[in-house]
Amino acid sequence: MNYRGIIAIYRFEMARMWRTLGQSIASPVISTCLYFVVFGSALGSRIDKVEGIEYGTFIVPGLVMLTVLTQCISNASFGIYFPKFTGTIYEVLSAPISAFEIVLGYVGAAASKAIIIGSIILATASFFVELKIAHPFYMMAFLVLTTFTFSMFGFLIGIWADGFEKLQIVPLLVITPLTFLGGAFYSIKMLPPFWYKVSLVNPMVYLISGFRWSFYETADVPVGISLIGITLVLTITLSIIYWIFKTGYKLKP
Amino acid sequence: MDTVLSVESVNKIYSGGFQALENINLSINKGEIFALLGPNGAGKTTLIGAICGLVKLTSGKITIDGFDHQRDFRSARSKIGLVPQELTTDAFERVIDTVAFSQGLFGLKKDIEYVDKLLKDFSLFDKRNNKLMTLSGGMKRRVMIAKALAHKPEILFLDEPTAGVDVQLRESMWEQIHCLKERGVTIILTTHYIEEAEKMADRIGIINKGKIVQVDEKKSLIKRLGQKTIQIAYDGSLEGQALQDLQSIPNLKLDGQLINYEYQSTSAVEEVPKLFKVLVDHKIPFSEVESKEKSLQDIFVDLVRE
Repeated sequence: MNYRGIIAIYRFEMARMWRTLGQSIASPVISTCLYFVVFGSALGSRIDKVEGIEYGTFIVPGLVMLTVLTQCISNASFGIYFPKFTGTIYEVLSAPISAFEIVLGYVGAAASKAIIIGSIILATASFFVELKIAHPFYMMAFLVLTTFTFSMFGFLIGIWADGFEKLQIVPLLVITPLTFLGGAFYSIKMLPPFWYKVSLVNPMVYLISGFRWSFYETADVPVGISLIGITLVLTITLSIIYWIFKTGYKLKP
Repeated sequence: MDTVLSVESVNKIYSGGFQALENINLSINKGEIFALLGPNGAGKTTLIGAICGLVKLTSGKITIDGFDHQRDFRSARSKIGLVPQELTTDAFERVIDTVAFSQGLFGLKKDIEYVDKLLKDFSLFDKRNNKLMTLSGGMKRRVMIAKALAHKPEILFLDEPTAGVDVQLRESMWEQIHCLKERGVTIILTTHYIEEAEKMADRIGIINKGKIVQVDEKKSLIKRLGQKTIQIAYDGSLEGQALQDLQSIPNLKLDGQLINYEYQSTSAVEEVPKLFKVLVDHKIPFSEVESKEKSLQDIFVDLVRE
């Protein structure tokens, strides 16, 4: 195992976050504050409690998930796409480092950044609402599983993309809409029966529901199913990454 | 001599069906400078990519210092340093960080003393804290060589190392490459500049349309395939039997007061005395004799044209 190689990639990726501290941390924090101002204070005070929880408090897990998912995908996809774009990927591909170690370096860094930002958002939220976390261990488990899974998904997008526009397509057209419709700002139980059933096809429902359960012990779907769902997505992304490195798809001609 | 790199029956066919490498067999000796010459699209970069793990082989086997480049990829790749043709650097990184990154990537502990030594060797020490985006093209090229040497490889691949580099810097890079050879590093370079290969290489391989067409010691390649010309300036006029005897010599041309005679280096002992015998027998007075050797460039052009 080339531990130093993994650490070199990890540090290189984390260094970019510290170099661009403003856009890495300030922008998600500012946008979260805006959500709290609009949905928490301005509109939230006129909305009934959801599942017995104040609306401003109810949306915290969904907001964290929304930001974390976006961050995972954009960090991991950019992390692998940029060396492909500049050509510096040659060094990683010709080094004595295995595919698994390369993925661990890039995905580990993207997941770490997302976890740091998620924690900062939680800290920011605590200034606006009264937060309680019923199951801190499960909360961290969901956060870590989600960040690794979606960082791997972002890594896949970075390998697949052959232009900067494609890096944005999936987060903008797929992830953000699915997260909004996955119960980030409402409980899907509030929907009419038909749309409730449609929502169950959305994988984000399981992520957000499980994560919210770890805070307030209230869930749209059983927690066990949420865990199975996220493990399934993790397995699928891992299998695709394994196939990519085996065949050299878009990495080695 | 010990073989440090062996390429056996290597073929590469790209997904579109284009065959970039066809049955390549090549052995590189430990400590030599090997120049791989070939026109654009001949397969030089594909061959280097295949050895370094950047290109997937269609078939064949590559062994680096006894290690299979796929099965024992860690041992094999740790022996190799690669400087690609394109100037590919991470614009926002500092010089010192990017060289230290290469050490880590190859599984080594950060050794700043060695990084500093490399930067001094390549006249980059005063730029160690500069971002790569602020460096000139020549400096970036040197940073890439320093990165490739950061893990102390035994074999260094230089893909067109002096492309787009000015004459002064080119000569300084040639010096640095010679220093590396003296330290025992095996160097494989591809180049368009025949002069570069002629000046630096111990052995030369010529690749064309994905096939190796010649591999030999530089001197013996020039001797074996090199053609020589003798130009003799004579006085007076040529007529009668003297003219007939001269015209009967193959590859001899008369041009005013000049006799131009072309012959193969290998047959010089038999051919040249014949010409001088005719001149002496017919008492043709000659005042000047000039001998020219066909350059590596001419040999290369002939081989590629074939």
